[in-house]
Amino acid sequence: MLLMLIPLLSGLAAFLISDDRCRRILLLAVAGIHLALTIAALVVRPEMLPGEWFGLDSLGLLFLGVTSVLFMGASVYAVKYLALEKRDPGEDSDEGFIFNNEPEPVFTGCLLLFLAAMTAVTASRHLGILWAAVEATTLLSAPLIYFHRHKRSLEATWKYLLICSVGIAMALMGNLFLGAAGLRSGLALDLGSLLSNAMSLDQAWLKAAFLFLFVGYGTKMGLAPFHTWLPDAHSESPAVVSALLSGALLNCAFLGILRVAQVCAAAGLAGFTGDILILFGILSLMTAAFFILAQKDYKRMLAYSSIEHMGILSLGVGLGGGAVYGALLNAVSHSLTKAGLFFVSGLILAAYKTKQISEVRGLIRRVPRTAVLWMTGFFLITGTPPSGIFLGKFMILKAAVSGRHYAAAAAYLFFLTVVFAGMGRIFLDMTLGEAAALNEAEKPFKASRQMLIPAACFFACVVLLGLYMPAWLNDIISGARDLIIGGTV
Amino acid sequence: MTTLAELIIVAVILLNLSLAASGSLATCIRLAAAQGVIAALLPLLAGHGVPSGTIVFCCAVILLKGAIFPWLLTRARVKANVSRDAEPVIGYPASIILCLGAFAASSWLGTRLPLPETARVAWIVPASLSTIFTGFLLLTTRGKAITQVLGYLVIENGIYIFGLALFVEQPLMVEMAILLDVFVAVFVMGITIFHISREFDHIDTAELSQLGDWYPKQSGGEK
Amino acid sequence: MTRPLIQYFLALVLAPLLPGIINRVKAFFGGRRGVPILQLYFDLYKLVHKTPVYSRTTTWLFRAGPVIGLAAMLCVLALLPFGGRPSFLSFEGDLILLVYLLGVARLATVLAALDTGSSFEGMGASREVQFAVFAEPAFFLALAALARGGGGLSLSGIFSNLTPAAWLTASPVLTLVTASLFIVFLAENSRVPVDDPNTHLELTMIHEVMVLDHSGPDLAFIFYGAALKLWALGSLIACVILPRHYGSWLVDSGAFILAMFFIAAAVGVVESVMGRLRLLKVPYLLMTALTFSILALIFQAGR
Repeated sequence: MLLMLIPLLSGLAAFLISDDRCRRILLLAVAGIHLALTIAALVVRPEMLPGEWFGLDSLGLLFLGVTSVLFMGASVYAVKYLALEKRDPGEDSDEGFIFNNEPEPVFTGCLLLFLAAMTAVTASRHLGILWAAVEATTLLSAPLIYFHRHKRSLEATWKYLLICSVGIAMALMGNLFLGAAGLRSGLALDLGSLLSNAMSLDQAWLKAAFLFLFVGYGTKMGLAPFHTWLPDAHSESPAVVSALLSGALLNCAFLGILRVAQVCAAAGLAGFTGDILILFGILSLMTAAFFILAQKDYKRMLAYSSIEHMGILSLGVGLGGGAVYGALLNAVSHSLTKAGLFFVSGLILAAYKTKQISEVRGLIRRVPRTAVLWMTGFFLITGTPPSGIFLGKFMILKAAVSGRHYAAAAAYLFFLTVVFAGMGRIFLDMTLGEAAALNEAEKPFKASRQMLIPAACFFACVVLLGLYMPAWLNDIISGARDLIIGGTV
Repeated sequence: MTTLAELIIVAVILLNLSLAASGSLATCIRLAAAQGVIAALLPLLAGHGVPSGTIVFCCAVILLKGAIFPWLLTRARVKANVSRDAEPVIGYPASIILCLGAFAASSWLGTRLPLPETARVAWIVPASLSTIFTGFLLLTTRGKAITQVLGYLVIENGIYIFGLALFVEQPLMVEMAILLDVFVAVFVMGITIFHISREFDHIDTAELSQLGDWYPKQSGGEK
Repeated sequence: MTRPLIQYFLALVLAPLLPGIINRVKAFFGGRRGVPILQLYFDLYKLVHKTPVYSRTTTWLFRAGPVIGLAAMLCVLALLPFGGRPSFLSFEGDLILLVYLLGVARLATVLAALDTGSSFEGMGASREVQFAVFAEPAFFLALAALARGGGGLSLSGIFSNLTPAAWLTASPVLTLVTASLFIVFLAENSRVPVDDPNTHLELTMIHEVMVLDHSGPDLAFIFYGAALKLWALGSLIACVILPRHYGSWLVDSGAFILAMFFIAAAVGVVESVMGRLRLLKVPYLLMTALTFSILALIFQAGR
């Protein structure tokens, strides 16, 4: 409870504080307290009361942990980023017109409220509350995307708002269908009672409910073909926000799907949900692979890579068995890696003032430290060993083959290769090559240490995950896997 | 009582059709508001012995959908200085036929998904599904940002019809949270429309096409 | 057997009264005294005694038009129930015959109009047929929705089945059907939102422009046929909105005739408060009627 209240109150406070320094310290402090509380929850593992609306099971705890760590990194990065933006607001990177930034209090306030909403998503044990919290994340992140006030970010914000709101409306309909499924046995929407009485649910309604909820949360999660908002929103928002959207928000939406899948599994519909998850997982992989090949904008490329990973998660959960563990591990590592990559992309944008891949050359000469991180990120995200992502992807592949899903396995491998090739070309082109000569007037950009450290830490964590799996993390992921497969309370 | 509820459902469907057929933004705003108010009356008629909490909730919904939303949208419309929608992608007669077809299809679906006997009103499922479809139609075929928000509202109306007619007993907290979300959504969209109209001098969403992967070069701005 | 025949003759005699009532109501709203309520009877009497004039370019089609039109209308009236009482010619399936008889009357009028070779009349004929494309399905589906409620395919059966209890349980369907029938009624009888019977500009006319060249008894036939059509379609609406049967034949018939007069007055009110729609908008109005009918049918089918 405290986890939610602190960011909520401080978020409201941030709207009021006029001093920049105070507000930034507040942001850091809240992120720190949130992380500390999350770690405390990890250690203590609070008891869940049946019928409570909020409570942390292993699944929620896993996603909460990722969110909290990401937010910590993001706030460290954001403090410096905001200071930079304050110093020279202004010139548009692609079209060269002058624009204003959003007032900083609004930005920081929304950032904190966004954290509160995401915490609510992970902690809710009632599907109605879960829905409300997911919708809240949409509304609170819309102002974040519209930080740079110009036409393209406005367009991205509008698409994001509208597509996600409609998607979430579908999820609401799904919730109501779920309610209708439980109407005969008088069940409400709280997860505990749904799971323990899942067998008494009406099957036809439950299937319809799953479809609606899948479309709804799948839109928010960026599964193809409902993904169209995602590349726009990710490419136009500031790097901090892209990192949070990609690393934390997509996971939250995925959690929504997982909760329903849990109920369906408990009701004996695991086969039905699995097929749908596999189908859309492969579809997302395919879309992402093709669009990455032809990509001209490196932030959009990262966004499509997110879609690819969401497809992998969906595929993994759909396959069931050992793949679920792999999918969850992949979710954790992807969040960290992708957030790190977005942080680095923000630095590249600051150094080159363009998002076009063709105009970024010779990173290694101009900004060597950034370039090293950029390449590390590339190797991690495409699943080169040793990394958590590699382990996750490998487990999914293994489960697909041993589960005799040969077609899915072949498609999976093929699209992963395409993505590797496409991203490899882009990353290498950007890193190597001859840097264009700088104008005399332009001051070469030097990335500050504060903006590099979060990404470096995240990457280190992911590498570590590939080499050594701590016992406590293993516990949580296994617990979450049992929840999804077994559908137990 | 049931007959009255059925009459309301007929009214809701007729409003759907007129929304699909109307090109005037002011009319559309009024129609959507009327639909929201009528739908809000539904739970009051559906049950015997309506609890007082529900009455309060319905009043809140009527206030929100009948007064506040239309006011917000009208303000956005006046600020953006538009009165008519651009010609939709699908013509008006075709939209009507699509809506009718959707209603027929959802009637069929309604027979496939029988409601438990606690449900008191027939036609809830078809009415709500076809309302949602109409919302989608408005959302996808119309050009102005305001109509898209209206489409969202109509979808919400459809969901509401389904929800409140069934779950009068659900905890009010949840419903209040949902309502609050919808309110904030429309509010934020209203602000965004205001920004769009300031940036672009109009609210044609057809112009919002700079981003995208299919035709990135044609839109002029990008180098 | 005698009562249905008396009903039939009552309908034949009273039909020309309806246009008179409509005109009177319009005159009242316009602040005028208006023509006598029996004016159509005088007109018919005058026309029958005149010698018709035929253009040299016309053929027998032109002469046959008014006769066939009137004959079809007489048959239609013979099928229709009178205040919920069966007609003397009712049989299973007369509902379908009714629709086709109306179609025959329309065909005869249109052919006669085309036969003159005048461009104005051709234009009127084309519009008439164009609107019929929307009006006929609307009419037919409305009847189908009623038939679905019980009573089989016979009009007399449907309407004797229709009781006040039906209004309590199926009011949505009946409301939709009434609305649809009323719009079709206005369109088929060339009343205001679709056509203006008083206009004198050929370019905007539909029905009147088709009969410009008829004269004498032919014109009388057409006027009388139009009055019968008004009565026929009006009586369907009257039967729907007046489902109560008291048991006494006299009371039932009296109530029915009053309802007919009420409908005529309603038409007068509509004509006074509305202008004619632009021709491009008329299909929208008829599509509304079609929509009402389809909705009524879906609702009725799902009951």
